[in-house]
Amino acid sequence: MFEGFMNNLFWILIFPGFVFTTIAGFIAYWIVRKVSALVQWRVGPPLLQPFYDVVKLIGKETLIPEDAQQGIFIGAPVVGFAGVLLLSTMLWLITLRQVAFVGDIIVAIYLMVLPSLALILGASASASPHSAVGTSREMKMVMGYELPLVLALIVVIIKSGGELNIARISEHAPVLSISGFIAFVVSLLCVQAKLGFVPFDIAESETELASGILIEYSGPLLAVWKLMQTIMIVALPLFLVMVFMGGFGISGWPLVWGIGKYVLILVLIILIKNTNPRLRIDQAMRFFWVWCGLIMVIAIALAIVGNSTGLIWL
Amino acid sequence: MDWRIWSLKKSPWVFHVNAGACNNCDIEVVDLLTPKFDVERLGIKLVGSPRHADALLITGVGTAQTAKRVQEVYRQTPKPCVVICIGTCACDTGIFHSGYHVVGPIDKIIKEIDPNAIIAYVPGCPPKPEAMISGIVKALSAL
Repeated sequence: MFEGFMNNLFWILIFPGFVFTTIAGFIAYWIVRKVSALVQWRVGPPLLQPFYDVVKLIGKETLIPEDAQQGIFIGAPVVGFAGVLLLSTMLWLITLRQVAFVGDIIVAIYLMVLPSLALILGASASASPHSAVGTSREMKMVMGYELPLVLALIVVIIKSGGELNIARISEHAPVLSISGFIAFVVSLLCVQAKLGFVPFDIAESETELASGILIEYSGPLLAVWKLMQTIMIVALPLFLVMVFMGGFGISGWPLVWGIGKYVLILVLIILIKNTNPRLRIDQAMRFFWVWCGLIMVIAIALAIVGNSTGLIWL
Repeated sequence: MDWRIWSLKKSPWVFHVNAGACNNCDIEVVDLLTPKFDVERLGIKLVGSPRHADALLITGVGTAQTAKRVQEVYRQTPKPCVVICIGTCACDTGIFHSGYHVVGPIDKIIKEIDPNAIIAYVPGCPPKPEAMISGIVKALSAL
């Protein structure tokens, strides 16, 4: 009993939970900043820069606005952080130990919404007009990208023969079919929006809203948000790899191949980030609902036709 | 060395305050981010909110209108933080010395609310970007 408890604690806190995922996330964030710098002909930050940033924020003073709802203001970052930590631990457990249950893909969808909901809660509790505008934008973004993302996962479920279990789904590689490839591209854009990267960093836009949703956060609370984003940049591309590209191996070539898939998705995200200007909120909504939604309906139709006629490549 | 100060020196985030400047220094501040100087390699980042900042880059003489706002921004910056006066105007009000609207210089405005504030001075009209980097380094080493 006690042994099992300690084992679970080790899984969540050290490997492959908090410590391991955070270190991987720091490296991923450094790659994002370094490649962005190289694209702009700059030198870029040193390898440990994301780590320095978080350590510094932990050591600083916490300011809480007078009019803020204190409990929610402090609680929201913790809730969002716990959500993504659970998500990443779940994905690693499925990869390393095949611990899976029917319907875990639905749990993953819910856990992926949690950070955005926490951001909305925390920002609206901070009683600042800038973060109120940021909150309303974040809400619209959540409504915008959830629809195409869920439609894309429906394509995946159809292609893998109605499985609701990520371990089973990752035995297939839907990205190798036409409908699966369309679903992959659309969900890559949704992940871009979930990570809050350009062109979908509308809620956090530094130039108009002075970092919008995060404007009132300082010190350790801001560090928790940064850690949350650090874990998200590991967990969300990992989810895409497992769902669309046939997952991670544990040892040997499958492991190298798995890391290659993750890096491929990361590089795609960085390139989209560096070659696009920020969209307006109405443009982003129209993009996700009209264009991505329409394309996804076509992809679902293709997937159903392909399944019923036995043409796997459709 | 204290780990807080050590990590602060590794990643000073900077917030830019215009206290009635002519925009000349502000343009030079933006030069710091260009490929030629690229301060991100030193961990310096321009942030949008004073609550995220570790250093305030203040330009301008400190007019009657902006003095209160500068003090408010300084209060909103989490401590420990440093103040860097960019340009001759911010250091000692320069040619606007006896202007009717001038309540500066900046160090006087800041010291009204915090006598122990760490303030660095970077004179010049405008100062060179190298001088600004040197000013930030000197201010941080005084922490």
